[in-house]
This record gives sequence, C-alpha cells and structure tokens, in this order.
Amino acid sequence: MSTVISVENLSKVYHLGQIGTGTFANDLKVWWARKQGKPNPLLRVGQPDYGNRMGEEIWALRDVTFTVEQGAVLGIIGRNGAGKSTLLKILSRVTAPTGGMVKVKGRIASLLEVGTGFHPDLTGRENVYLNGAILGMDRAEVRSKLDEIVDFADVAQFLDTPVKRYSSGMYVRLAFAVAAHLDPEILVVDEVLAVGDAEFQNKCLGKMGDVAREGRTVLFVSHNMASIRKLCTNCMLVDKGIVKVLGGTDEVIYQYLSTLQRFSLSSLEARPDREGDGRMRFTHFEVAEGSPSPDSAIVGAATRFDLYYHGAPPLRNVQVSLGIYNPSGERLLWMGNDTSGSLFKEIPSSGIISVFLDHFPLVPGQYLVNLYCEVEKRKADWVHSAAQITVHPGDFYGNGKSPTVSTGPVLVLNSWSFRERK
Amino acid sequence: MTVNDQQWDLIILPKRRLLDLHLKELWSYRDLILLFVWRDFVSVYKQTILGPLWYLIQPLLTTITFTVIFGNIARLPTDGLPQFLFYMSGTVIWTYFADSLTKTSNTFIQNIGLFGKVYFPRLVVPVSILFSNLITFVIQFIFFLGFMGFFVLRGSNISPNIWIALTPILILMLAGLGLGFGILISSLTTKYRDLRFLVQFGIQLLMYATPIIYPASSVSERYRFLIFANPLTSLVETFRFAYLGTGDVNPLHLVYSFGFMLVVLFLGAVIFNRVEQTFMDTV
Repeated sequence: MSTVISVENLSKVYHLGQIGTGTFANDLKVWWARKQGKPNPLLRVGQPDYGNRMGEEIWALRDVTFTVEQGAVLGIIGRNGAGKSTLLKILSRVTAPTGGMVKVKGRIASLLEVGTGFHPDLTGRENVYLNGAILGMDRAEVRSKLDEIVDFADVAQFLDTPVKRYSSGMYVRLAFAVAAHLDPEILVVDEVLAVGDAEFQNKCLGKMGDVAREGRTVLFVSHNMASIRKLCTNCMLVDKGIVKVLGGTDEVIYQYLSTLQRFSLSSLEARPDREGDGRMRFTHFEVAEGSPSPDSAIVGAATRFDLYYHGAPPLRNVQVSLGIYNPSGERLLWMGNDTSGSLFKEIPSSGIISVFLDHFPLVPGQYLVNLYCEVEKRKADWVHSAAQITVHPGDFYGNGKSPTVSTGPVLVLNSWSFRERK
Repeated sequence: MTVNDQQWDLIILPKRRLLDLHLKELWSYRDLILLFVWRDFVSVYKQTILGPLWYLIQPLLTTITFTVIFGNIARLPTDGLPQFLFYMSGTVIWTYFADSLTKTSNTFIQNIGLFGKVYFPRLVVPVSILFSNLITFVIQFIFFLGFMGFFVLRGSNISPNIWIALTPILILMLAGLGLGFGILISSLTTKYRDLRFLVQFGIQLLMYATPIIYPASSVSERYRFLIFANPLTSLVETFRFAYLGTGDVNPLHLVYSFGFMLVVLFLGAVIFNRVEQTFMDTV
C-alpha cells in the first residue's frame, strides 16, 4: 500500500460578496481613496472595510492535512457548506488553493457533475468522444472503450441520435458511463448517485465498487449514509473547513449524525402543521436513554422516549400514542398508553411523558415519529413527523451480531429449540 | 511512510510561477483541441437551411455592401484595383482576425459551466477557436482566389507575386495577434465585464484604423506612421501586395508587427495563466 494523495495544510479562502466592485470606474475610485488615505467611498456607513474587497473572508478549508492510501474508498461527509466540495474542486484542479499543497500519484478523474461538455446537437457517439477528451482520454482510448460505454449506458439504439433528443435518464446514463470508463487511478465522485433510477444507481454503486476492487482509489462525497456505509472503507468528516474525524466509516458516520442533530432539531413547540384543539401540546421529543444523542437510537438497546408537553389544566383521561414510520410513510410500530396499560387519569399541566422499550426493535435506518394525544376523548394534539430518529446498528439478540435491513424491518426476541418426535 | 517527491504525478500549489505556462500539457491535450474544432465546425450550421454555404454568403454580402457604400457612394480609392477584389481581400483577412479576437475574448465567460467542473488546460479553448476560424478563413480565402481568377481572366490589372510565399507567416501573425489580444481581454473580463462591450465596439473602430476599406497609400504622409503603428496594417498591406500587386510593403513594418505580436501573446499568456487558476472564484 502506498500513499496516492497527500494533502498538506491545504487552505482556501473565499471572499463573500463581490471581489472588487465589478466595474473599473468604481475600482478606480476605491483605489484613489485608499491612496489618499481616505476610507472606501463606496461602503455604507458602519460597514467594515476589507480593503478593496466588498465582502468578508470565509475559510472554506483551513489547514487540512490528510493522506489517502491506494485502493481506499474514502467517504467525505459533512453538512452543506462544510468544505467538501471545495476540497474536491481543488483536487480536480477546477480552482487553485490559497495555501498548502496537494500531491497526487496517478490520474484523477472527477464526476463532479456528469455530462459537462455534452453538446446537445451532437449525437451520442460524437459526445462520447468529446466528453472523453474533455475528461482527458485520447481518441484511441475512447474508441477501445466505446462498446463498453454504450453497453453500460444502455443506449446502443440511440447512439447516432443527437443527445438533445435523449430522455434525461439516457443522458445521465451516457454521461456517467463515459466518466466511469475513464479508468483513472483516482476517481472523485460528488453526489452523482442522486440522479437516475434505482436500478441505475445500483449499477453506479457497483461500478464504483469495481473500481475500488481493482486497487484504484475512490473519493466519494455524499449525503446518503447508506451508500457511504456500503462503499467506503474509511470516512472523513469535514466541518467548517476542518477535518474533524478521519477513521472507520461506522465510527465517523456516528460522529457526524450526532453533530448533525444539534442543528436539525426544529422546535416542535413552534410547529404550525398540527391538528387538535390544543388543550395539550407536545413541545419536545427526545430519545432520553439508550442512545448517543436525542434523535437516535440503537438496535436492541433499552430505550426511553421523552415527550415534553404543556397544557391547560385539568388534563384528565389523557391518551398518548407514538408511531414510528419509515421514510416512505409505512407505519412500523405503534404504541399507546391505553393499549399497553391504561389512560392517565390526571397529569400535571406541564411535564414529561416517557415510553420505555426493553429492546429497541427496528433495524438501522432513518425513521419518523408521529405523536398523538387525546384529552377526555377529544383530539388535543397530533403532529406528523414530529421528530426524526436515526437508528444505529446494535446487538439485538445479545449474540454479538448486528441485524441488518435484510432481516426485515422489525425485530422480535425469539428462541429456538428442537426435540425428537417419537 | 516516506515517499520521495519524484514519484508524484501532480503537485497542486496555490500559485504557479509566472512563466510556467504548461505548454507541454497543452500539447498532450491536442486531441481535445481537435475535437473542439470539429465540434464547432459540425454544430454551428446544424439545423440551418443553407448549412456551410453561410461560410461563403457572409464574406460575399459584406464585400458587396462595402463595394456599394465605400466604393460607389463614398468613392474611396482602391489603389487602382477592382473594388470588389480590394474589399473582399480586406474582409476575408479582417474576419479572421476579428472573429479570433471576439471569440477568444469570451473564453472564460462562455465556458463557466465546463471550467467549473472539469480540469483541462484552459488554453485549449482559445487555441481551438483559432483553428476553427482558420477553417473558415481557408474556405473564404479559396473563395477569394476564385474571384481573383475570374478577374484575371477578365483581364483586370492585378499582379500576384513572390510575396505570396509569406502567406503562412502572415496568417500566423494574424492568429497570434487575435489570440494574444483575445486571451488578454478574456482574462480581464473575469473581473471587469465592461470590457466585453468595449471589445464589440473597439473592434469596429479598429477596422477603420486598419486599411481594410481604404489603402494605406490614401493616408497622407504626415499621418501614415500612425496607421502603421497599428500592427495589423502591415499585414493587410503585405497581403494585398502579394496577391493583388498594390500595397505598402516594408520588411521593417512586418518585423514591428511580429514583435508586437510576441509581446501581446506573451503578456496574454502570462495573465491568462494567472487568471485560469482561480477565476472560478471570481465569476
């Protein structure tokens, strides 16, 4: 194993707002004022003076240092604006860094956005040659791979049709196929998998897996934790231009999700999209026990959900229920105090209602929580998708193994035995 | 892990050295240049009725317009040459220079989408534009030669001579000047969009400062140095002299133009090289 990418103290500064003033005349005015020691004449009163520049500085990357080994599939995750794309742009030489250095061994191909350079009036075949050349292939190389590319994209019939007549799916497939067959030593991929249908997405993931198995290196930026988990051997968490964590995929994803929740907790109290007469309202939901963060749970862990509420007294004969749904809206679990026990006769005007589960029974993934309550048989509050929870892998059966999605969505404790029949 | 620097294929640094123009890399992308040229050639006249005929219609109409307006109405002198040939030679040469300049001066602005996604030496684009225009030029020039033959047969007084041998050098200088000014302007337009308007306007003015619609000999002696300060003047005059037999040819003027071209080309390349690295952050 050798290092194929070495990033040393890489920094990139962007200037928010305009650089210069956009017109030569105004730039001259600013320059003249500075020369005479006067303040920038174009600034509004109270606006800070950043010299000739009208905006403030943003460090998209700050002293980023890391190395990538040959054959690694490195996932890069982080919130929007964390600096992931800037990093990829520098690696693919679209823009130059402000400081630091990157050393690369082998050819880098980037799939920052597929289909760049496609000309609508040219045919599929012509565009394959053109796009291949833009990505750095010579004609002989494209010619030798043409069949493979066309097969992969599944557009053989339309090869001599101008691409402006293609469906968007065909267009994307062809574009991805060209890029994927570039056979670079290092492949940089940014969210291309958001396009195309499910089948094609799987094909792309498969192709990336192949690339990795052939000993080549892949850098993969995505917001889709499932694909990151599926593909990546290592993962890097970027936050505010700094590499926060670099390590095993599961560990880094876990860290990412726990930083993420701090920002995504929208106030349940303020949600307007709710039903009910409002005698009682949910103000906050969290996973209070058996989880690394208030919006995540672990498969098989003893778990407590806390439902914060506030209401107008007296709150008598209160029914509370909680449903857990998958992202496509199917209800997987439903729990209610009246079905598992009984209504609350009377509760304080504001407090916390808790639900206990001995073994959290859902496989890893993303889920939505609905909350519902009734006061004296009248609907008081009903919030769809009141909270989102992420379920992390865990040992459900106590046998050291973590169940996966393939076991089905819901887990149940069970035991097996056998006896002889006479 | 110790890896010595010799093993790296690519080192990305904040700023390249001023004169590090990556010309070798440009050469390795020659296939892309060819494909761009071919793309421009193939795609320009797709979905048009007359197709490639436009290559001939454009100079023809311009020449006729010039002949009518400047020749017949304004009655500008043409050094005794048939007006049609005089204006056509000027038009064909001027079109090559002007098109090369205007199109290359849009390099960055027109390719933001592409440059923002993929790396290749940015000079590929202006260089490919030069070659695309060269195709147009050759077609139009052959067209011009056809008319020349026609006028010779009709017994017009034109005398092509040995200076024709200079043709490739003249074309090279036209291309070099167009490219140099073009990339210089395209680099500056990433910051100042005003320049784009200036180019459209300026190129028209420049045509009147070049002996396209009048011969240099018609300019009075006192101001002739001014017209020859324009590096294009000696090119146009030499061209006319070589093919038609009249014009003001002076090797010193040609050397001046050549030097001028080298300076502009060098300046353009250096600034272009500077801008191409970070222009994505500016536009």
